[in-house]
Amino acid sequence: MLATLQLLAEPVDRTDVAEETPLPHRADAGRGRSLPLIIRGLRKSFGDHEVLRGIDVHVPAGQFVAIVGRSGCGKSTLLRLIAGLEKIDAGSISFGEETRLEDVRVMFQEPRLLPWARVLSNVEVGLGRSRNLPDADARAEAALSEVGLADKRNQWPAVLSGGQKQRVALARALVSNPRILAFDEPLGALDALTRISMQRLLERVWRDEGFTAILVTHDVSEAVALADRVLVIEDGRISQDIEVDVPRPRQRGSADFAALEGSILRHLLGADERGDS
Amino acid sequence: MSLIESLPRPRSVRLPRADGLIQWVVPLFMIAIWQLACVTGLVPARVLPAPSDVLLAAWKLLISGELVRNICVSFWRASSGFLIGGGIGFAFGLANGLSQLSSNLTDTTLQMVRNVPHLALIPLVILWFGIDESAKLFLVALGVFFPIYLNTLHGIRTVDPQLIEMGRIYGMSDGELFRRVILPGALPSIFVGIRFALGIMWLTLIVAETIAASSGLGYMAMQAREFMLIDIVVLSILIYALLGKLADSASRVLERLTLAWHPAFQQH
Ligand SMILES: Nc1ncnc2c1ncn2[C@@H]1O[C@H](COP(=O)(O)OP(=O)(O)OP(=O)(O)O)[C@@H](O)[C@H]1O
Ligand SMILES: [Mg+2]
Repeated sequence: MLATLQLLAEPVDRTDVAEETPLPHRADAGRGRSLPLIIRGLRKSFGDHEVLRGIDVHVPAGQFVAIVGRSGCGKSTLLRLIAGLEKIDAGSISFGEETRLEDVRVMFQEPRLLPWARVLSNVEVGLGRSRNLPDADARAEAALSEVGLADKRNQWPAVLSGGQKQRVALARALVSNPRILAFDEPLGALDALTRISMQRLLERVWRDEGFTAILVTHDVSEAVALADRVLVIEDGRISQDIEVDVPRPRQRGSADFAALEGSILRHLLGADERGDS
Repeated sequence: MSLIESLPRPRSVRLPRADGLIQWVVPLFMIAIWQLACVTGLVPARVLPAPSDVLLAAWKLLISGELVRNICVSFWRASSGFLIGGGIGFAFGLANGLSQLSSNLTDTTLQMVRNVPHLALIPLVILWFGIDESAKLFLVALGVFFPIYLNTLHGIRTVDPQLIEMGRIYGMSDGELFRRVILPGALPSIFVGIRFALGIMWLTLIVAETIAASSGLGYMAMQAREFMLIDIVVLSILIYALLGKLADSASRVLERLTLAWHPAFQQH
């Protein structure tokens, strides 16, 4: 109810609602390029605070995994370790083969766009070392079309709405055709309607591009709606590993979802109460 | 000249282009009053010459070539002092902003030197350089150094660390990271430094030329004072004001060109 009222009060930016028309597949986007993610006995501490105490998980290539857990349980830390932004204390993370920097991309809660670069150049940043090749512009434009922002290519980021900025950040992450894409609450700061349209966009690009997706989220219903599998982190370990066995395209608000969402929430809240007592 | 003043103004406060003439109404009105006060004898000519007399003096000096020569000398001193001091300040700002070692090595020393008012060095500078050109260059360069150094350093240190991390994730080399993330991020602060420095540049030059010079606008004003030529004294003051305004406008144009991405400068 509250959400609805807010939606009525705020003018809705139409361009935030990504159109549903399927776009032609990008020529170099291939299925079967996606990588598995294998984590064994992963540990990480900051000072004497041990955040991750032995994470073991095997994510098959092409799977969409959501990670949920209480605030401060180490979700972001896990993602930063996967992206190589932090040093591993013990254990290992592997992708089954040698990877290049461009193969693993992260998208954060903040869009992190360069305010002094136009939208297209911001997307080109995502090309890594190949951003100086002659086809850079064309690739960046293809990625922008994929997120439905081709007409904003010459804008400054400052004039975009929050949802549009996040879509530019998504295009930047996609442009190098990553084989693993990790999201750290990428939709956390968006309003309810923009959020839903962004979730659809995420699902669509994941389907089209066929990368392995790892989504950290606070929102259990988002996790259930998007993921093949939900991992719950608790006390530095994976305490639950739940298959979401609902065929796609999924119908939001169905009874299956409600039941699954309820059981995960109960588990998280139960953990909360145990933690408090 | 406060820090707030020199920051880019928010969009809502900016005057639309068409209203540009409005800002000249008050100065023109004041000049008219001034002229009237002089012509009616309300203000004696010994105290303040009429604007028309100042214009006449300017015309005479222009014809004799003295005015242009003095302006050129002052302008040359100001700009070369600015380039030298600003260049060194910028270099130190970059070095100390980017390298912890360099910062540990020099920052404390520079912060200590900063507390010496550079105009207090005039007697020493005269002893060292006499009333030579180098004396003026040295003073201007020293005055300009600190605002540029401090603001460059501040600009680089306050670049959003999330953007730097983003650059690293996307495989930017050190050079690219500097060119595409750090320098553009520091630029608004560097411009604040430049505008501060321009103010200090003129101030230093006026003082230095008044005390120790044999040419330039300040010297012209001092000569005129000896011969009680008050119209030329007033003329020199007005020219200083004009040059200061010109330098400020130039920096604004540069700012507008390089900070086009900044919300405060976006045209709609
Ligand atoms: N660089 C760091 N230095 C010290 N402690 C850190 C650092 N990064 C994270 N931590 C600590 O590690 C713990 C886990 O942090 P993390 O950001 O991974 O949590 P999170 O699960 O992402 O939480 P949230 O859902 O609120 O984003 C926190 O207690 C945090 O204080
Ligand atoms: Mg987090």
